[in-house]
Formats: sequence, C-alpha cells, structure tokens
Amino acid sequence: MEHVMAYFNLGAAFFLLVSMVMMLGRLLGGPTVYDRILAVNSFGTKTVLFLCLFCFVIDRPDGLDIAILYSLMNFIATIAVLKFFRYQALDVSLETAHITKPNEDAS
Amino acid sequence: MILALVMAAAETAPHAESAGLPIGAILSVFRMIVVVIFVVAGLFFVLAGTLGVLRLPDFYTRMHAAGITDTLGAELILFGLIVQSGFTQTSAKLGLVAFFLLLTSPTATHAVANAAHQAGLKPLTGRYKAPSLDDILDTAPEDEAH
Repeated sequence: MEHVMAYFNLGAAFFLLVSMVMMLGRLLGGPTVYDRILAVNSFGTKTVLFLCLFCFVIDRPDGLDIAILYSLMNFIATIAVLKFFRYQALDVSLETAHITKPNEDAS
Repeated sequence: MILALVMAAAETAPHAESAGLPIGAILSVFRMIVVVIFVVAGLFFVLAGTLGVLRLPDFYTRMHAAGITDTLGAELILFGLIVQSGFTQTSAKLGLVAFFLLLTSPTATHAVANAAHQAGLKPLTGRYKAPSLDDILDTAPEDEAH
C-alpha cells in the first residue's frame, strides 16, 4: 500500500514538473514585465507543491520546512520585484511612496 | 468533517480488528481513495491554470488563470497530502504551508494586478475573436519581417 502511494506521489510530482516547464514558456516569452512576474509567482507556488510531494516520495518530512520558507520568500520576492519596477529603487519607504507618483514624473 | 471521521475510525481500528473484521485495511484503502481524489483534482486545476496562462490573450485574463493555480489547485493538493500523513508533525507543517499560501497568493496576485493597472496597462475590451489557423499561418511570417 505504501509503495502504491509513493509511486502515485512520484507521478504527481512529475506532472507538476511538466506544468512548471510549460510555465517557463510564458516566463520567457511574456510581452510585458507583469506577465513574467506572474509566471515567476506561479512557478514558485508550483515549486512549493513539488517540494511537499517530493518529501513524501523520499519519505523524509524535513524538507517541508524548506517548503514553508519558500512559500514566504516567494511572496516577498514578488512584492520586492513589483516595488522595484514601479519606483526604480528598493529604498523607498512604502508609507510615503504614495506621495510621489512615478507616472506623472515620467510624463 | 470526513477527515475527522477517518481519523476517529482509524484510532478504533486495532480494537475492531481483533474481532475478525479487517477494518484497518478497509480504512487504509478508503483514505487512499480520498487522497487520490484530492490530489488528482488539484493537479487538474494546476494544469488548467498553466494552460490558461499560456493561451489566454490578455494579461488580466492570464492573471485570472494563475489565481486558480495558486489557490484552489495548491490547497487541494496540500489537503490530499494532509489526509495522507495523518495526525503527525508533518501534517501540521503542511497545514502551515497551506495557510501561508492561502494568505500570500491572492495578495501577490492583487499586487501584480494593481501594479499593472497603475502602470497603465489597458485590458482588452470588446468581443474577442480568436484567430483561425489560416490567419496565424498567413500573418506569422509578415510579423517576423516587421
């Protein structure tokens, strides 16, 4: 019974890998930068799921800590990249960021 | 609800097995069926979201497809794994992963949408006509020439 579930988890992990490779298409060929950010975010979510499934395949649940860490880091990385592409800098305080509007400065 | 029923029955299973019924094996098979249903449903939503991100015509529609992957597909797969691991520390960690994904994924999707809208990315409006295969084959070399 355990072997059957191990093979099922392995198949699910392989399916997720195929889905991640397909998501690379949008990451490489996205027309705008927001398509690429969206693809990276979705790729990170799939990475978390792949880590969870792979920990069940090799029967070592220690890797779930890495999955927790990656799920939090993925969110912070997305917000940081969005902030960088909006303000062209990372050392902008988000409390005062609404005062300066970069679109009006550019125009 | 179903999870609690399975767990409560699994605790009483060794006592019932002495009476001659293989309830433990039956519950193991039942739990396996629940796991397979949840994980396969999650994988279906993950594949649907990936195909949507690849194929939909606009950024905002692609974001709609990516939201399916990040919330429903991930939560279904993680819930299947929680049922598979039972009442252990592993299931607690999986619950934490599911909780964080449930908090952060819609927030990140909203942030991406807000940033794109603030930057002036216009959504497609009006009736969308999917290009036929002849149009793709005819116009593709001309687009390359431009």
